Amino acid sequence: MSIYANRWLLPEGIHELLPNRAQRLEELRRKLLELYQVWGYELVFPPFIEFLDSLLSGTGADLDLQTFKLTDQLTGRMMGVRADITPQVARIDAHQLQREEPTRLCYSGTVLHTKPDGFSRTRAQLQTGAELYGYAGISADMEIFSLMLETLRISNIANFSIDMGHVGIYRGLMEEAKLPKETEQKLFDALQIKSTSDISQVLNQTTLSNDLKEMLENLVHLQGDSFILDHAKKILKNANQTVQNALQDLEFMLENMPSFVTEKLHLDLAELSGYSYHTGLIFAGYVPQHGAALIRGGRYDHVGEAFGRARPATGFSTDLMALLDFQTQPIEFKRIFASEIKEGDPVQLAQQILTLRSQGETVICELPQQVGDAKALNCTHQLVWQNQAWAVVPL
Amino acid sequence: MLKIALSKGRILEETLPLLAHAGIIPVDDPNKSRKLILDTNLDDVKLVIIRAADVPTYVEYGAADVGISGKDVLMEHDSSELYEPLDLKIAKCRLMVAGKVNEQLPTHRRLRIATKFVKITQRFFAQQAQQVEIIKLYGSMELAPLVGLADQIVDVVDTGNTLRANGLEPKAHIADISSRLVVNKAAFKTNHAKIQQLIQKLAEAVR
Repeated sequence: MSIYANRWLLPEGIHELLPNRAQRLEELRRKLLELYQVWGYELVFPPFIEFLDSLLSGTGADLDLQTFKLTDQLTGRMMGVRADITPQVARIDAHQLQREEPTRLCYSGTVLHTKPDGFSRTRAQLQTGAELYGYAGISADMEIFSLMLETLRISNIANFSIDMGHVGIYRGLMEEAKLPKETEQKLFDALQIKSTSDISQVLNQTTLSNDLKEMLENLVHLQGDSFILDHAKKILKNANQTVQNALQDLEFMLENMPSFVTEKLHLDLAELSGYSYHTGLIFAGYVPQHGAALIRGGRYDHVGEAFGRARPATGFSTDLMALLDFQTQPIEFKRIFASEIKEGDPVQLAQQILTLRSQGETVICELPQQVGDAKALNCTHQLVWQNQAWAVVPL
Repeated sequence: MLKIALSKGRILEETLPLLAHAGIIPVDDPNKSRKLILDTNLDDVKLVIIRAADVPTYVEYGAADVGISGKDVLMEHDSSELYEPLDLKIAKCRLMVAGKVNEQLPTHRRLRIATKFVKITQRFFAQQAQQVEIIKLYGSMELAPLVGLADQIVDVVDTGNTLRANGLEPKAHIADISSRLVVNKAAFKTNHAKIQQLIQKLAEAVR
């Protein structure tokens, strides 16, 4: 294909939205931001681009790879286009606001990734989420979890299932095991892919106590519906306090979530996604036939440390572009056509158009000698001169 | 509905007895049928027959819920988006570096390696702190050193007969290969009971 034929193509993984979809997206975005507002989450707008040092503080190497970089001509320093908004919001909480009280923030903005995401192949997500800073207790996790459920409800997603885990369990076991870094990485990789044979192989090469080996071997099987928690308590009864606290957190969540959610719940105590920055309860929402999590969240207490102030933190985020695919309800619209004046009072017409628009109605004025009529412009109504007044009548 | 992705040939042959133990039997003979989606004796279980290298992709995107794939294909696919809960211990072979018998390797330039496993080869030689040039081929790797296309090859070796017949010998062992059950992450969480049951049945059959 010649370079000219390629000129109008968008880069791989970059998308644009045409009128109908763009409108659906905007409606969804507004509904969600209104939801977060009534829950007391204040909207923030972090910059699209900032210095790399602050953008990548306290985050993993993954995010570094995912970040587009360029040089600031004014300072010679490296800047990055954000690949994740969460660290930016953590910076705002730690540095800009500097409150002692619990702080609730929400956001919605585009993030750019160097590599396409595995499932949707997109490189530009419209990341939207809510974060709660300054409260270490499980009640904050419960609030964030409930708000995530509300997000799914408002987004018309009903047939979801919830995956829930707690990185404190694996972290606690690793505190006890004190494995060399390389062995721990191997075990981590094997657990990530739930390969029982690889897990046994790694463990057999260590000198861990049988008690600990057994717990680590069983960890991968600790998944299923809510009843698995009782089983986990038995298996992990000799584990350290970190593990016990994690189990208590999960128990609190199970006791306090609505029963319709419990039915959709899948506990997975070996789930370690985001292990490098998560510190506590983690959860995600899945939908059948969609190979990746649609929405995910959890606790990340140490990200703020890089900004000089460690604040407990928990939150969730989602990609609105992914949620958009589930907005299948028909759009109802009313568009009023004001044709070029042939009869009637032009002053009254102008007045009527102003009034209608101020009431939130869509009025489209015909341009002189334009191509296409009211139907062609997707109008449903038109303004007609009747009984010495301008009336809106259906087409 | 549970869709199981499989590839024709050795993996299919050795998988069918394991699936039979799990109570899953294809209605048509998979070796004769030209259908790409095979019905089984169970209404809600289908077999999807695809190329070996495509199995991880189908499962990753959730087009199939589970699949059976060689560890070589999985290592080359290199994705963290799949679970690999079970080693089926079938279609066993070794992934090896091979070259001509008694041959002197050139020292004045980088080694040229012919393979269809580009990523695995890159990783393996990087671990040996060796810079190599990789030539991607789609088949008949053994030919490459004979006609001077490459110095060595990276390929799966079963009995070693093909290597010997072409005057080649194994030079280094990269990994032991067997087929793994792979599971889509979302399916494992949303359809857990059913998939867990399949894993248990297959695990029994493996033992």
